Amino acid sequence: MAPMPAPVPQRVPLVELRNIHVAFGGVRAVAGVTIDLHAGEVVGVVGGNGAGKTTLMRTLSGARPPDAGQILVNGQPVTIGNPRDAKALGIETIYQTLALADNLDAPANVFLGRELTGGGSLNDAAMESATRKVIGRLNPNFKNFKTPVLRLSGGQRQAVAIARAIHFNARALIMDEPTAALGPAETAQVHNLIKQLKSEGIGIFLVSHDIHDVFDLSERISVMYHGRLVGTVNKNDVTTDEVLGMIILGKPPTKLTSQELAELHG
Amino acid sequence: MGVSVPSGASAETGPAGPVRAIVTSLRSALAPVSGPLRSLEVDTRMLGMVAALAVIWIAFDIVSGGTFLSPRNLWNLSVQSASIGIMATGMVLIIVSRNIDLSVGSMLGFLGYTMAMFQAVWIPQNLGLGLEQPYTWIVTLLVGIALGAVVGGLQGFVVAYGGVPSFIVTLGGLLIWRGLIFRYAQGQTIAPLDTTFQMLGGGTVGTRVGALGEWPSWALGAVICVAIIFLMIASRRRKRRYGFPVRPMWAEVLVGAVACGVVLGTVWVANSYPLPVNVAAAVAEERGIPVPPGGIPTGVAFPVVIMLIVTLVVTFLGTRRRFGRYVYAIGGNPEAAALAGINVRRTIMLAFALMGSLAAVSAAVQTARLDAAVTSLGVQNELDVISAAVIGGTSFSGGIGTVPGAILGAVVMQSLRSGMVLLLVDSPTQDIVVGIVLVAAVGLDTLFRRRVS
Repeated sequence: MAPMPAPVPQRVPLVELRNIHVAFGGVRAVAGVTIDLHAGEVVGVVGGNGAGKTTLMRTLSGARPPDAGQILVNGQPVTIGNPRDAKALGIETIYQTLALADNLDAPANVFLGRELTGGGSLNDAAMESATRKVIGRLNPNFKNFKTPVLRLSGGQRQAVAIARAIHFNARALIMDEPTAALGPAETAQVHNLIKQLKSEGIGIFLVSHDIHDVFDLSERISVMYHGRLVGTVNKNDVTTDEVLGMIILGKPPTKLTSQELAELHG
Repeated sequence: MGVSVPSGASAETGPAGPVRAIVTSLRSALAPVSGPLRSLEVDTRMLGMVAALAVIWIAFDIVSGGTFLSPRNLWNLSVQSASIGIMATGMVLIIVSRNIDLSVGSMLGFLGYTMAMFQAVWIPQNLGLGLEQPYTWIVTLLVGIALGAVVGGLQGFVVAYGGVPSFIVTLGGLLIWRGLIFRYAQGQTIAPLDTTFQMLGGGTVGTRVGALGEWPSWALGAVICVAIIFLMIASRRRKRRYGFPVRPMWAEVLVGAVACGVVLGTVWVANSYPLPVNVAAAVAEERGIPVPPGGIPTGVAFPVVIMLIVTLVVTFLGTRRRFGRYVYAIGGNPEAAALAGINVRRTIMLAFALMGSLAAVSAAVQTARLDAAVTSLGVQNELDVISAAVIGGTSFSGGIGTVPGAILGAVVMQSLRSGMVLLLVDSPTQDIVVGIVLVAAVGLDTLFRRRVS
């Protein structure tokens, strides 16, 4: 169906979602979507509000297991029934809401659910030390390791959420709108980080509204529309307008009429 | 599940002008000491509560003509605070996890009744083992604690896995457990209890006293002081090892000295309270010594020792174990806790089971003190326990609260009640005052917290 099939490398994908279905009551939020991700690659997942991007990603992060479909990691079928399963497979998620416990400090949030212990009790000093290292890599100005994250700025909270995802040697990362709440400088920092993680061989699903972000950072772009996959395209083969057309009209570029394209340009 | 943020950040509705002015002036008056306070790294909220308690104590002492701060009254106050304090430690975790347990008073009654039956009827009669066995007290206590975990855990199960709000489940529990007492006790009082068990209540039976006595009390105080100093040194070393800032030496010494002073001062007060004359005479005769001129010191009461142990255990569970970390995380953001892979349901159920066990410990203290189980055991205790936790700084929006704060809250509550009893204030007026204090304490706290954030 895709007119310009993205070059499918011969390697086995790091993560593959096959024919995923999710329904909420009668609403089909995700209907038969298949996408994949390779090591060291960024795949942009785009679509309008309610297109099913986040729901699809939540099946991979274990927040909402799919009603039907298959998930493969390194070619092996896996069952991801809860977030713990996903983390055990090296799949980490940075949620759009950040999913931080606001009353806890940064180290407690970074290690939430995976606390370091020693002698029968939590080893807070070791967790703080590790947190200082990983956050220092993201934001050298970060100093508030003892305050509840509620009192931190948006960028600092984002840093905590990212630190949590990258500290545990993730193989695949899901970033849901990672720059939505950030200023220009912080956005640039996140962009650098994504490039760095990519060079380390981590595969990243980048969910975003911002088409320019996606074009900047990803190799391939998967477009969703009303729960369906419109298509996955190679970034170098398409223009932003064509991708916008896919997002807004739910059709691959070749199916667009010249009139529709003209309307897109407004 | 909505993601909600603990109050403070988004609170737009400001307090009334005059109140705000008072708070502002208080804060500016405290400004000169805020620097040194920061290097002490002590919780300013706790400090505020200690100050409030000091005001209450001194005021009552003046009005009562020196009776309130007598060793006798303080000793009794410590025993009265113990039973509420024991349960308040568990209530902190329940409220922190965004739940509530309204059934603690009825659970206490039910468990106290069962423990009384166990030691006074089932062991001696049904099992035919006889009264006053050396193991009776501990077996009874352990059975009570286990049953408490089951009863509390059952409520927690319905809350966590059944999805019924804890307010409703424990409101039901409040009726059910109380109803069960009446069903199977049929209005009877179970008495007398095992004499060793009675020691848990801090009373006296013959020459046996439910308190540590003079030298064991001092020894306990010394052990606690050594432990405090040891923990401070260990924490300082650990911070140094990881290169974290440590507080200045003068602050370290001051905090340690104040903490040890409070501990040893408490022991001194407890030892300043002599045994009743007739008990002292009997004890002296048993030991073959003359009664010393100042009488025989009572020492720290067993209920207080139990409260100390419970406080240590629950503080450890709450701050040094994954269980506690998860309780706080769930209170801060339940959705985030679930997404982090925490088993939210299991954690909630365990918190309720712990609450049930603590109700059993309190039930043991209360029945032992009464030397009987009556059908009204623990009536309205849930209100005192919740008030203690809340006065102690536990926030109903979840995620915030400390166990030592709740103990302090329990002492504040009991100080008010005990002081008013001393001043012959009638019971309805007491309730009115306690009610006002509860609302005012939380109101002021919210105000201060808003200012800070």
